[in-house]
Amino acid sequence: MKFPYNEKVLEHFRNPRNVGSIENPDGKSTEGSPACGDMVSVYIRVDDETKKLKDIKFESYGCASNIATGSIITELAKGKTLEEAKKIDWKEASDALGGLPKIKTHCSVLAVDGLRAAIQNYEEKHGLIKEKIPTTKEIVLKRLKHVMNPLAGLDLVRTNLVSNIEVESGTVKVEVGLPEEHQFANNIREEIVEKLESLWDVEKVVVKFVT
Amino acid sequence: MEKKTIYLDNAASTRMDERVSEAMKPYFFDVYAVATSEFGYSLGIEARETLDSARAKILSALGNPGGRLLFTSGSTESSNIAIKGVVKKLSEKKGKHIIVSKIEDFPVLNSAKSLEREGFKVTYLEVDKYGFIDLNKLNEAINEETVLVSIQHANQEIGTIQDIKEIAEICNRNNAIFHTDATHSFMRVPINLNELGIDLLTVSAHTIHGPKGIGALYVKEGVPLAKWIDGGFQEFDLRAGVENIPGAVGFAKAVELIPEEENELLQSLRDYLIEKIQKEISDTILNGHPERRIPHNANITFHYVEGESITLHLDMRGFAVSTGSACFSKSLEASHVILGIGGNHERAHGSVRFSFGRFNKRDDVDKIVEALKDVVGRLREISPLKGEKRGKK
Repeated sequence: MKFPYNEKVLEHFRNPRNVGSIENPDGKSTEGSPACGDMVSVYIRVDDETKKLKDIKFESYGCASNIATGSIITELAKGKTLEEAKKIDWKEASDALGGLPKIKTHCSVLAVDGLRAAIQNYEEKHGLIKEKIPTTKEIVLKRLKHVMNPLAGLDLVRTNLVSNIEVESGTVKVEVGLPEEHQFANNIREEIVEKLESLWDVEKVVVKFVT
Repeated sequence: MEKKTIYLDNAASTRMDERVSEAMKPYFFDVYAVATSEFGYSLGIEARETLDSARAKILSALGNPGGRLLFTSGSTESSNIAIKGVVKKLSEKKGKHIIVSKIEDFPVLNSAKSLEREGFKVTYLEVDKYGFIDLNKLNEAINEETVLVSIQHANQEIGTIQDIKEIAEICNRNNAIFHTDATHSFMRVPINLNELGIDLLTVSAHTIHGPKGIGALYVKEGVPLAKWIDGGFQEFDLRAGVENIPGAVGFAKAVELIPEEENELLQSLRDYLIEKIQKEISDTILNGHPERRIPHNANITFHYVEGESITLHLDMRGFAVSTGSACFSKSLEASHVILGIGGNHERAHGSVRFSFGRFNKRDDVDKIVEALKDVVGRLREISPLKGEKRGKK
């Protein structure tokens, strides 16, 4: 039999580790969205003293590489300090799985992003973000890389749909190069707002569709 | 792990029937000459007569409508010849507008897109939630400059059967050529070309247990078509190249081998599958129309889970099916058909197509539903959507 993934990936896909959710987690994140494709949630429990990941769980609404990556990163991260865990990247996850198909990068990167976002969520909640960096266009752009363009299955930035960004006294304006009546306009708007409104100095997010 | 695959992807391609292979064999080893003219040598004359008789058998399955049947390399080529051949011949005189539906299979859709890049105006007709085009919209879109309308007979993914009789009438009234891609309906749904005003019809052998690499295009008397492949004078001087005689024989044999009751049998298996899934697995949607669909197709969305994960789990257990999920496709694009019927990405993401063929048994349905219950259940267990959407949290 010939399967599209190697044995290790298949094994993690068949028997994913650390699956499920944690009640009242210390940190939590959800990356991706059902409107666009894959989605991953990561829950963490952190030892407040040692700053080590005591427990980590994930849930996946995604394809095999998404599930396998979720499984491997939870294995890699468990027991590590937050600083160590933040450094786990896609390459490390992919290597630990013996390699993933390149075309599946997007689906597997989501799990890595999920882990980082869960740690960030913990840090934000515990006042561990030392320096409050003011939001800039670059920061907005970086966050928009996590908003998917459902038509392409890739993010808005890579598919050149972000035509303009303005940041001014607490208001972020984002222009998206799609018609207002586009079938995914609402999904995209919701996701942009969700990704940007948690920034500490952002009070209002305005999304405009311009063609 | 040598287990026999339970194959439920017959819409993609079928296992060839042994009897087709037997019928083809002599045309590789005994009558291997090219089809010559009636003044050629005997082996070539025999080859030509064989080719003509294969042609006649397929035409007879279409109701002996007169006109011509061109053998091609398959339905992709047939649809390309039909669309590009007509506009090449007629657009100068008539105009540069064509109409297709949004949910056509890629040969038609991408032929239309390619013409669009060359400056043609293309109307992509929307479809309703079942996949039907709106005849009023067709009436509105069609105009004096419309050279060609290409609307499929049955959909490749959700199996919806269009009202091609009505569509043909609208086209005839408006003096536009009508092509239909019947790849997924031919021999599964009756097509009597004498009763339908169809100008061009695409069919294929490999979807009916015939060989791959052969298809045909029916061309009604008087329909203008530009020569497709330059070379010799084969296929009515429309498509050059040495004829695929074993293929044509295999195609004709495959047509002959479909008894009327086979479609009823396939439909009963299909209905049994749908009924069982709906009864035993929660949160599913049947994509397409409940009745007006080809007998061997079922397309079901399993909510909260992703299709490639389903198909891979099934594959590891010995089942072959396909999905409209973006993750499964080479292009990483979700099914344009599911999106076309108004489904969102989630609906495409969890959609699975089951298509039956001659070699499926009732037992296959029991087995795949058992497997699905477990696979879908396990994937839902790990899905972050299960709580919020299933009201369990």
